[in-house]
Amino acid sequence: MYHSKSYLKNVRVLLTRAVQDSVRIAYRAAFRAQVEKHHGRRIGNAYQQGCSGSYAAVGQQARCCSSGTERPVSWFSPGGEVHFPGAVAAPYTHKLVVEEAAKLLPIPAFRLLNNNGELVDGVDSKSVEEKVSGAVLRKIYDCMVALNVMDSILFSAQRQGRISFYLTSFCEEAAVVASAAALDNHDEVFAQYREQGVLLWRGYTYDDFCQQCCSTRKEPARGHQMPVHYGRKDMHFHTISSTLATQIPHAVGAAYALKLDGKGIAACYFGEGAASEGDFHAAMNFASTLDCPVLFICRNNGYAISTPATEQFRGDGIARRACGYGMDAIRCDGNDALAVYVATNYARDRIVATSRPMLLELLTYRGGHHSTSDDSSQYRSLEEIDYFMRYADPIARLGRFLNVSPAEEQAMRKRERTLVLDALSSAEQEEKEPPLDMFLDVYSSMPPHLIRQRESLRLSLERIEQAKANRASTSPK
Amino acid sequence: MLRYLRVLCLRDWLLDHTVAWRQYARVRRSLPLTVTFTPLQIGLPCASFATRGDRVWSSTIRKRTFSTENESSPSTTDVAPGPAVGDRAQRSTTPSLYPGGGDKLSGSVSNSAGVVKATEETLRQMNLFTAINSALSCALESNPKVLVFGEDVAFGGVFRCTSQLQKRFGRQRVFNTPLTEQGIVGFAAGLAAMGYRPVAEIQFADYIYPAFDQIVNEIAKYRYRSGGQFNCGGVVIRAPYGAVGHGGHYHSQSPEAYFLHTAGIKVVIPRDPFTAKGLLLQSIAEDDPVIFFEPKALYRAAQAEVPLSKYVLPLGRAEIVRPGTDITLVAYGAQVRVLLEAAQVVAREDKIEAEVIDIQTILPWDEATVCESVARTGRCIVSHEAPLTGGVGAEVAARIQEECFLDLESPVMRVCGYDMPFPLVHEKNYLPSAEKVVQCIRDCLNY
Repeated sequence: MYHSKSYLKNVRVLLTRAVQDSVRIAYRAAFRAQVEKHHGRRIGNAYQQGCSGSYAAVGQQARCCSSGTERPVSWFSPGGEVHFPGAVAAPYTHKLVVEEAAKLLPIPAFRLLNNNGELVDGVDSKSVEEKVSGAVLRKIYDCMVALNVMDSILFSAQRQGRISFYLTSFCEEAAVVASAAALDNHDEVFAQYREQGVLLWRGYTYDDFCQQCCSTRKEPARGHQMPVHYGRKDMHFHTISSTLATQIPHAVGAAYALKLDGKGIAACYFGEGAASEGDFHAAMNFASTLDCPVLFICRNNGYAISTPATEQFRGDGIARRACGYGMDAIRCDGNDALAVYVATNYARDRIVATSRPMLLELLTYRGGHHSTSDDSSQYRSLEEIDYFMRYADPIARLGRFLNVSPAEEQAMRKRERTLVLDALSSAEQEEKEPPLDMFLDVYSSMPPHLIRQRESLRLSLERIEQAKANRASTSPK
Repeated sequence: MLRYLRVLCLRDWLLDHTVAWRQYARVRRSLPLTVTFTPLQIGLPCASFATRGDRVWSSTIRKRTFSTENESSPSTTDVAPGPAVGDRAQRSTTPSLYPGGGDKLSGSVSNSAGVVKATEETLRQMNLFTAINSALSCALESNPKVLVFGEDVAFGGVFRCTSQLQKRFGRQRVFNTPLTEQGIVGFAAGLAAMGYRPVAEIQFADYIYPAFDQIVNEIAKYRYRSGGQFNCGGVVIRAPYGAVGHGGHYHSQSPEAYFLHTAGIKVVIPRDPFTAKGLLLQSIAEDDPVIFFEPKALYRAAQAEVPLSKYVLPLGRAEIVRPGTDITLVAYGAQVRVLLEAAQVVAREDKIEAEVIDIQTILPWDEATVCESVARTGRCIVSHEAPLTGGVGAEVAARIQEECFLDLESPVMRVCGYDMPFPLVHEKNYLPSAEKVVQCIRDCLNY
């Protein structure tokens, strides 16, 4: 009976298991020893520190364990608890914890000026002057006024049919101009489309704007794209595309490149609607996991065309999301140019110092229609627009702070108006790109099939000309 | 009706006079080819097939002159040991269009000739994944701007294509990304816009669709929309594609036709380890974004002698891998091997000499080489694993019809996957197998 087949089989199984177990134990011990040697201390100690139960200790342990890209050692806990790799810092609790979104306090918005342009309580002018000089603020103010004037004229120009399309930055002037002012002019900017203020700050002229909007051959893309899709290599402003949020991962890639090159940061602008796109998620996660020096600047203006923010998301705006990606965030009153400047400057310095990404959410309001193809009175009341324009106008707020007199502002507006109108009329006179040149820049050099197609267009145009000439010569005089 | 009768009569006459027809065809082909002008062609240097020597752009039979005279071409031996080896004598007698092995078009490197001096030490037996690995390692070595990343590339990749690279070149240059394809490609676009040469990996071509927007709307248009100020020329997206025996819906797809419709990118598919390394290195050097599909069925199956050092094969050039006179077979990637098998069968059983062309670059594809071949043979079959409707075959067939209308003896036929999701248990019946190609060749010749 002892020698029966099943007995032998059992013995074999038991022996195999014993061998397997011993191998496994030996392997684990060797692995642990290796890890211990690598970290230069005993895992048991680190583990015991981590198990003290306090969040701080566990968090610290998690950080020290996951410093760099090493694997956390905390799961090798000889005496007791397992810590799972997906969240090594999580302590255990016997209470059923529901992390309630609604119970989280909303992130406060940073603000330095109140609606009347006075410094808010607790802020003195001395501390402000340390952070930003009066001259810079004045330059920001001038740029905001210029942007406002240009927007008004080009908006009407579209209404008159002089350009095909336009987007204004009404009520968001501070968000774009003050943040651009706080960036280095060599920082790579990836924008959505409502950020012409950045270009204006960096020296893009009315001529450049008007040539682009009139799609002339003088503008960099020679009229290939819709108006407002600006781009300028020497100003480190990447060409805008209509597709929403696609530029966010681009900014992360550029930031990674800048990190390798050891220069500057990348800044990326987008609206709160674009933040619903998958590319936003991809980019946040990439930036955080790959330690990219990138500043995400979200213009949360309350609307994505007709969709109010309440139909866009249920969380506490966009800033709260950054924390979910392990990224720090600042929320700021986007119509307070001073606060935007200070916050952006701070964020930039911090990104340079840590090579970690940050998110800056600028709370603002879309003062104009979404675009010239949109009539926003279809989905929001005139009272609402009026309310924000009256109480939250960023230009007026900074103007009051800088004691700009209404007469001075009017004179400025008048002067800028003439300059924009001149630029517009000269852009209207400018020639368009010759048709055969439209085949350029599809590839770095023209492949054979495109050469053939260009030739076919040339012939076709010739034949049209010929037909016209024939008609002209045969038609009765 | 009358037309139909005429066709029938012509066909019967042809069947009755096969021998005479063959003789006639041979004579006709030895004459200078008729110049077939279409409105699109007039005034173009490439328009006429009569002025063969003067063509500015074209490709021709490129001899693998990198190997010594006594050796047969490594890749062709590998793909189809039978017919290709036998063709060697014939191949070596084929004159090059460009005396001296130079290539008038490709700026960087001409053909493979003269680039690599083959010796025992510089050649290694490689399979496809090691050839890819070797190419990546050459690229990382020679250019500090090259970065390699994607899902699971750090430990060597799920197909081992990036193995040891992180160890050799560091975490900064070879790294894992979070699991998001649109992020991977968007990230690559940003790097390329800053002058880097990112080689991004999409784990399977089946999962490239989340990045479709980034590829089609962003990478492909980056240069055009900025008027040449910015570009994503440095981007290479590598992705394993094609049937693998048991891949089902999402590990078998061949999505190249989706990208064929996208101006601004190049699409490249190698057929063996030798072409894989040369084409991948050229793709990385290229100033246009490239999608590089690797036939995953061949990762381990294909074997060839591959130079250890850096060499490039030009993009936009087809290669005649088996010369023939009776019919032109066009394919790319893993399907080239199927066509070579079919060509071998019809050569043995029907005495039909099929010319097999690997177009290698799907976009922009080498119309000159294919059309010149079809003008010689008078017949053409295009074959690919991807579904028939809207596939690459449709584009190729339409161009041949435009260029070779007077030379065609039978309709251009397509042997492709069926218009359905890639089925798991029916893979064998779904694929355009050698048997199906053989049947189609016979149908063509008997037309």
